[in-house]
Amino acid sequence: MSTRENNDETNRAVSHKSNKQNGTQHGLPSGNAKRLAAGLGWFSVGLGLAELLAPKAIARITGVSEKRTGLIQLYGLRELAAGVAIFSQKNPAEAVWSRVAGDVLDLTSLSLACLSPDAKRGRITFATANVLAVTALDVMCARQLSNGGHKGIQAKAACIVNREPDQVYAFWRDFRNLSRFMKHLESVEEFADGRSHWIAKGPAGMKVEWDAVIVADEPGKVITWRSLENSDVDHAGAVQFQHAPGGRGTIVKVNFQYNPPIGVVGAAVAKLFGEEPEQQLDDDLRRFKQVMEVGEVVVSEATLLGNGYMDQRPGRPPDASELEQAESVPSQIPTNYESTEGRANQR
Amino acid sequence: MKANCWYGKTVMRVEEVPDPQILNQRDAIVKISSTAICGSDLHLYNGFIPTMVKGDILGHEFMGEVVEVGKQVTNLAVGDRVVVPFPIACGNCFFCKSELFSLCENSNPNAWMAEKMFGHSPAGLFGYSHLTGGYAGGQAEYARVPFADVGPIKVPDHLTDEQVLFLSDIFPTGYMGAEMCNVKGGDTIAIWGCGPVGQFSIRSAFLLGADRVIAIDEVPARLKMAEEGGAETINFREQNVYETLMDMTGGRGPDACIDDVGMEAHAPGILFAYDRVKQAILLESDRPHALREAIMCCRNGGTVSVIGVYGGFIDKFPMGSVMNRSLTIKTGQAHVQRYLKPLLNLIENGDIDPSFVVTHTMSLDDAPRGYDMFKKKEDGCIKIVLKPDANGNGHASVH
Repeated sequence: MSTRENNDETNRAVSHKSNKQNGTQHGLPSGNAKRLAAGLGWFSVGLGLAELLAPKAIARITGVSEKRTGLIQLYGLRELAAGVAIFSQKNPAEAVWSRVAGDVLDLTSLSLACLSPDAKRGRITFATANVLAVTALDVMCARQLSNGGHKGIQAKAACIVNREPDQVYAFWRDFRNLSRFMKHLESVEEFADGRSHWIAKGPAGMKVEWDAVIVADEPGKVITWRSLENSDVDHAGAVQFQHAPGGRGTIVKVNFQYNPPIGVVGAAVAKLFGEEPEQQLDDDLRRFKQVMEVGEVVVSEATLLGNGYMDQRPGRPPDASELEQAESVPSQIPTNYESTEGRANQR
Repeated sequence: MKANCWYGKTVMRVEEVPDPQILNQRDAIVKISSTAICGSDLHLYNGFIPTMVKGDILGHEFMGEVVEVGKQVTNLAVGDRVVVPFPIACGNCFFCKSELFSLCENSNPNAWMAEKMFGHSPAGLFGYSHLTGGYAGGQAEYARVPFADVGPIKVPDHLTDEQVLFLSDIFPTGYMGAEMCNVKGGDTIAIWGCGPVGQFSIRSAFLLGADRVIAIDEVPARLKMAEEGGAETINFREQNVYETLMDMTGGRGPDACIDDVGMEAHAPGILFAYDRVKQAILLESDRPHALREAIMCCRNGGTVSVIGVYGGFIDKFPMGSVMNRSLTIKTGQAHVQRYLKPLLNLIENGDIDPSFVVTHTMSLDDAPRGYDMFKKKEDGCIKIVLKPDANGNGHASVH
């Protein structure tokens, strides 16, 4: 269950950004999706009122125990809130996604209700089928709303690290560490109030900067962040940490989005990621794994300079001027990092 | 320093390049006393391995003296005499912890290239294209050795370079090829290819308890060396391999077959022409003649061990034979690090003296001529050792 919650966090943090983009700068979602959203909104309001005002009737119809009326009323409040949110937003994608999360909760509750001794299984099955049908509609609608306009730069990638989730989380949570393995980042500075200042490397020595806040932070499980409303760059990211089966370390899943603004800064951001943002994120995660497992980014003579892609230098030692050009030579970075000490303990 | 650099298909140049430096904290710099040309270097020389860059230093079989160590290397000191394994392995990842060192997850900074070619990336290798990292190789006066706290093994002074140098690759590679056959007493092992790796497979199979080893090649000098190692031999230019093997094994076939040839197999007749043409027009990257034959010859329920190097794709692969006859196929680049100590023990005990394989010694300056000679198998050439501190005179001393 925790995985699903984490995914919802991830989707919410990231889809929030795309909605804003869709609604304000790159055209509105299609009429059909909006009409469907409105229908789902009215459905939410109607079901919410019924659950709130007549929980016993709802319990009888769905076949769950009548002792659970308190929970049904709470779910009614949730439905009402989702309905209101759908009608109050220009692009209700986020509100519809929250309905999807609610549906998952409903389905879980129904399957748990089956275990109760006074449950009526036939009715619960009927109710479950209905919720599944609505879930399908919700997902379809939310996806249409999310993809209606310009998508920005999106990427997701995963890696597996031979360390415990708590250790991996702690390293990532210190945002200053991110620039050690994310090639496009120059630095991230974090302030006491929870805000952070991010500086990315643009083309031709240009810098792209923004401020970000943490949206969700569950130690050992998930971190999501997004840029502040007034930033030049609209950015959101999420990272999840899961125990790999059999004690084989931690599965790390990263999901991020940049919505570059129009103009010079936007062009710089687009250039940062080129044609293959997902490939870059993949490589960032590979370097992350190296830092966690061996204590530093591993370099060969070919990858010491440039972006490490098509402009490989030959496999031969660099001369003094090339060493000066290198963005970082790992052996010249101070060693007092947590991960380096961790490596020594591990061996 | 001087280094032997690749400039295109069959174009090598020994030239002056900058000295290596410590780039990662677990690096060491080794002053090379001996380095060898490997059969797999010929795949690079002949242009069959993609992702080479002009100016790449080749070489992955080398040894020498430690002259500098990074901050995190505590097990080696300046002055130590070491042999360096050809796969680069971190010692910390899942695969290194499982002793599958040639599958290290952290040592290939160009893993993205290998993922496109192979689906997943193997470990980084010295001087073996950018697909496996773009690391500078060891046919040079000095080399930077990453993860020096995991790879290099210290070797005792009473053993000569020629006795221990091949711990870097061909001895463990040949040994792993035989070990994958899961040899039991009474077994007959057939070995395709009597190059240096094949020679070590022959001797390793006997060390592991094989009763009979049958070696297959076409080069008289190699067949002679195989016989000196105790093998019976088949010259595939003179005899039909399948028929001869069936005759020798009473029709059952060898218990295990080792492919010590790899992607540039030679074969008599029309099948060779078929594969060579497909390879030339890029419909097939590798010529798998030895592998096909090894599969067809292997006894029911036997093992085919593939230690010869393949780079890409093959066709006419006899999968029906593999499946219907319960064959086991085992493969891999040698996990050299796990064989260093046990094989060094065999050398120290006098169970094997790997220097038997050396036929020529040359100066590093003469490396380009060495490649040409090795490719053409001139002058009985089986294994060339290069000495960086000798002066070049265009000649090799023959053993």
